[in-house]
Amino acid sequence: MGLFYHIGKYFSLLFRVFAKPEKFKIYYRETIKEIDKLGLNSIWIVAVISVFMGAVITIQTAYNTDNPMYPKYLIGLTARDTLLLEFSSTIIALILAGKIGSNIASEIGTMRVTEQIDALEIMGVNSASYLILPRIIASVIFTPFLTLMSMIIGIFGGWIAGISTGVMTTQDYVYGIQYAFIPYYIVYALIKIVIFAFLITTISAYHGYYTSGGSLEVGKSSTKAVVHSSIFILLFNVILTQLLLS
Amino acid sequence: MIEVKNIAKSFNGIQVLKNIDVLFEKGKTNLIIGQSGSGKTVLLKSIVGLHDVEQGKVIFDGTVFNELNFKDKKEMRKQIGMLFQGGALFDSATVEENVMYPLNMFTELTYSEKRHRANECLKRVNIINANQLYPAEISGGMKKRVAIARAIALNPKYLFCDEPNSGLDPQTAILIDDLIKEITVEYNMTTIVNTHDMNSVMEIGDKVVFIYKGAKWWEGTKDDIFDSENEELNNFIFASKLSQKIRDLKNGH
Repeated sequence: MGLFYHIGKYFSLLFRVFAKPEKFKIYYRETIKEIDKLGLNSIWIVAVISVFMGAVITIQTAYNTDNPMYPKYLIGLTARDTLLLEFSSTIIALILAGKIGSNIASEIGTMRVTEQIDALEIMGVNSASYLILPRIIASVIFTPFLTLMSMIIGIFGGWIAGISTGVMTTQDYVYGIQYAFIPYYIVYALIKIVIFAFLITTISAYHGYYTSGGSLEVGKSSTKAVVHSSIFILLFNVILTQLLLS
Repeated sequence: MIEVKNIAKSFNGIQVLKNIDVLFEKGKTNLIIGQSGSGKTVLLKSIVGLHDVEQGKVIFDGTVFNELNFKDKKEMRKQIGMLFQGGALFDSATVEENVMYPLNMFTELTYSEKRHRANECLKRVNIINANQLYPAEISGGMKKRVAIARAIALNPKYLFCDEPNSGLDPQTAILIDDLIKEITVEYNMTTIVNTHDMNSVMEIGDKVVFIYKGAKWWEGTKDDIFDSENEELNNFIFASKLSQKIRDLKNGH
């Protein structure tokens, strides 16, 4: 009962979000602001995590394939496929659920408890659309770039780790990342991140928008936003993998 | 003019508003008073449509507001200004941007025209040299005044104020009351103020509606209060020794 209630409320909120904007110019300006806040501000964290994850994947692969039967280029191939198929889309989405999701939920939640959303409604502004639509557009547009960046930096991190620890040569690694390359994996990762970005933004906005009470509830909404976004990312990861790769 | 006809509202099975009928007149400062938890904020929010009422009608100059569809309600709301308890200014915008917000959203004015109108409104509420400050950088009284400036930016026909004096010192509270009264007359608006500040009642109460346990218990002018024999109203209004003394002096005791 509770679940269906929330699903219904979530879709009715989305219905309001995708209504015709009052003024396109203002929505455009808000979207640019959100790209800066949600997207550009996430570059640093995504880059740091990607470089270290690329390094760890390379070292672990090297450690687990320490057998003369396995070719050395396998390390590069494994690092590339892990990054392309899972890490740069799903794991980055989980990280962004923490960073972007909590930001959206707490920001909108604070606006709710301080009556700023009521003030928008009283003015005749569709508050749901004004507050949520620019965030959805910004994250859906920008997260694919973060994913592509994560792939490149992750592969670079793997190479640094590989040659600095001496588990392989640059030649092996470059051969490995080119070997049996399937370009569709990039498309698959980008489709996933766009859907994950939509889920993170809308689920977090939903929790923020329907916050009631005070600062304690804003904190609770923020936590719920991260937890629920993460669960739905994992659920949709399974569904999309089955749909896109089977 | 705003007419409230037989409205009722419940939360979780508890009836908060019970069949309320009131007429709020144009060009006058109409006050809703009552104890905390009596239902006056729910009444105000039900009138502006932030709460959906379960029965009855809210009529704004002949238009049944609570029966309008979403689109028409949105249009109607452009004629409404509201001052919230905490000001409800947008944290990420400066004072000037806050006042310009409704102009940006609903007018086709040029940037300089919008700035001019925003400054006109800010000047009207005596906010000078604070245009580029953020809400976190100004005092509570200034926040309320900026919120009034934002509320009147589009020349509304209706002004709603929820506890405009809460958290303010008595002198600033009187300034806010005077401002609300002056603006009401100047713009010929229908103004409804929700308060439990007795100074406000005595200063600006052209019409006073007393809400008790979710029902309309009494209505009249600020002068009628002294002659009222309504026990609950008297207990509420003359709760302090100072107000009792004033009543006694007024009644010649």
